[in-house]
Amino acid sequence: MLNDLASAVIVIVAVLFVLLTTVAYLTYLERKVLGFMQDRLGPMEVGPWGLLQPLADGIKLISKEDIIPSDADKAIFRIAPVISLVPAIISFAVIPFGRDSFHFLGITTHPYITDINIGILYVLALSSVGAYGILLGGWASNSKYSLLGALRSAAQVISYELNAGMSVIGVLILAGSLSLVKIEAAQSGGFWHWYIFPQIVAFVIYLISGIAETNRTPFDLPEAESELVAGFFTEYSGMRFSLYYLAEYANMIMVSSIATILFLGGWNSPFAFLDFVPPFVWFMLKVYFFLFFFFWIRATLPRLRYDQLMKFGWKVMLPLSFANVIVTAIVVYMVRH
Amino acid sequence: MQMALFAYFGGAVVLSALFVVYFRNPIYSAMSLLAMFMHIAGLYVILEAEFLAGVQLLVYAGAILVLYLFVVMLLNVQSRGRFLQRQTPLVAVIGIFAAVDVIALLLHTRFYPELPAIPHPGVPTLGNSETIGMVLYTQYLFPFEIASLVLLIALVGAIVLAKGKLKYR
Repeated sequence: MLNDLASAVIVIVAVLFVLLTTVAYLTYLERKVLGFMQDRLGPMEVGPWGLLQPLADGIKLISKEDIIPSDADKAIFRIAPVISLVPAIISFAVIPFGRDSFHFLGITTHPYITDINIGILYVLALSSVGAYGILLGGWASNSKYSLLGALRSAAQVISYELNAGMSVIGVLILAGSLSLVKIEAAQSGGFWHWYIFPQIVAFVIYLISGIAETNRTPFDLPEAESELVAGFFTEYSGMRFSLYYLAEYANMIMVSSIATILFLGGWNSPFAFLDFVPPFVWFMLKVYFFLFFFFWIRATLPRLRYDQLMKFGWKVMLPLSFANVIVTAIVVYMVRH
Repeated sequence: MQMALFAYFGGAVVLSALFVVYFRNPIYSAMSLLAMFMHIAGLYVILEAEFLAGVQLLVYAGAILVLYLFVVMLLNVQSRGRFLQRQTPLVAVIGIFAAVDVIALLLHTRFYPELPAIPHPGVPTLGNSETIGMVLYTQYLFPFEIASLVLLIALVGAIVLAKGKLKYR
């Protein structure tokens, strides 16, 4: 009992530490990647190659004044960024980062906080709760730009969440489980077992919906700076502003992790002779590939128009994901019987 | 432990449900409703119905309530910020009937002696989600199909209502 508790605490602390450090350094990485893609250097001043930039940014944001507009709904204005961040962080409770349990101070722990039997459903449910932070923050600011951003975001998140949820079903049919640990285990033994090949349509749909759900370019209409100043967080400043920022990056890591687990085999190595590389490293490599993809897309594509976004979501992606579910179900039934 | 959790979740459900009614600001009401949905999901988890808990959050909190909020924000319903609002006499009459109903129901139902901690003996050893799937598509197939048909009709009705106005304008 005490051992279980200790192991749980160790994993939670480790996951939180890795997560928050990654989030902080993602801001740095994004600026660097964007810099290189635009043929400039990115942050270079603070520390060697600007490596201490996230630290400096953190100090700046914490010490800034927290301005609350006088006409804002103060209670909701204060709590909205927290509603946005908390679901983003606690959804990492079900992400399995590696295969082997490890030892720390004589206590054996799993590479995941918990393996509940509705893992993927838990993640989807929490990501839908995170949308409230954006919606409420935009409303409570009592500013037209914020409200427009919030309403756009609500419509966008609902539309694309549906696609993300539907695209996952194909993988669930193949793996026969909702548990992320079991889905990863079902893809072991070489890269040809990964679900990206039988589920290539679902993979593309999930990736597009994931980018849309995290409000990233080219789907960043909730914060379109050329029309809405900064969208739903126009009125936010200081630490509350950065909470929204942290939530966005935590959600990016979440989408990358889920894409890794569902389609790229999670911690599985692509070839048997590469098994000497720890599973944790494979997981991280794949997640970072997706994170890089996010930045790449941002540097490449312009923003969509709002009606294009909605039409694409409902008239192209949704029928495609339904077709994918039906085809997968029929093929799996035919093969197994 | 289970009783304490049940007391917490149950109490929170009742309290947040009351807040839904008592708040004058519709956004606050919607937020109380969100809190209620989450605590109902907690109740499902105590009853070892994890799948239902996940779906509860996904469908009610994730989709339906967001749409409510959307409408409330777009309509910009005026709120005067007072907490308890005076209701019309009609509401009092309806409330009395509802209260009598609830009390009658409570008097006629025996309380669970204790919460079913172990899965029901009739339920096979499959996981939670598999069991629901099996039962839903075999034993309860007909009600399930009826429900989806009703939803489909509602869907078509909504589209007809929305599109019909557009055409003749």
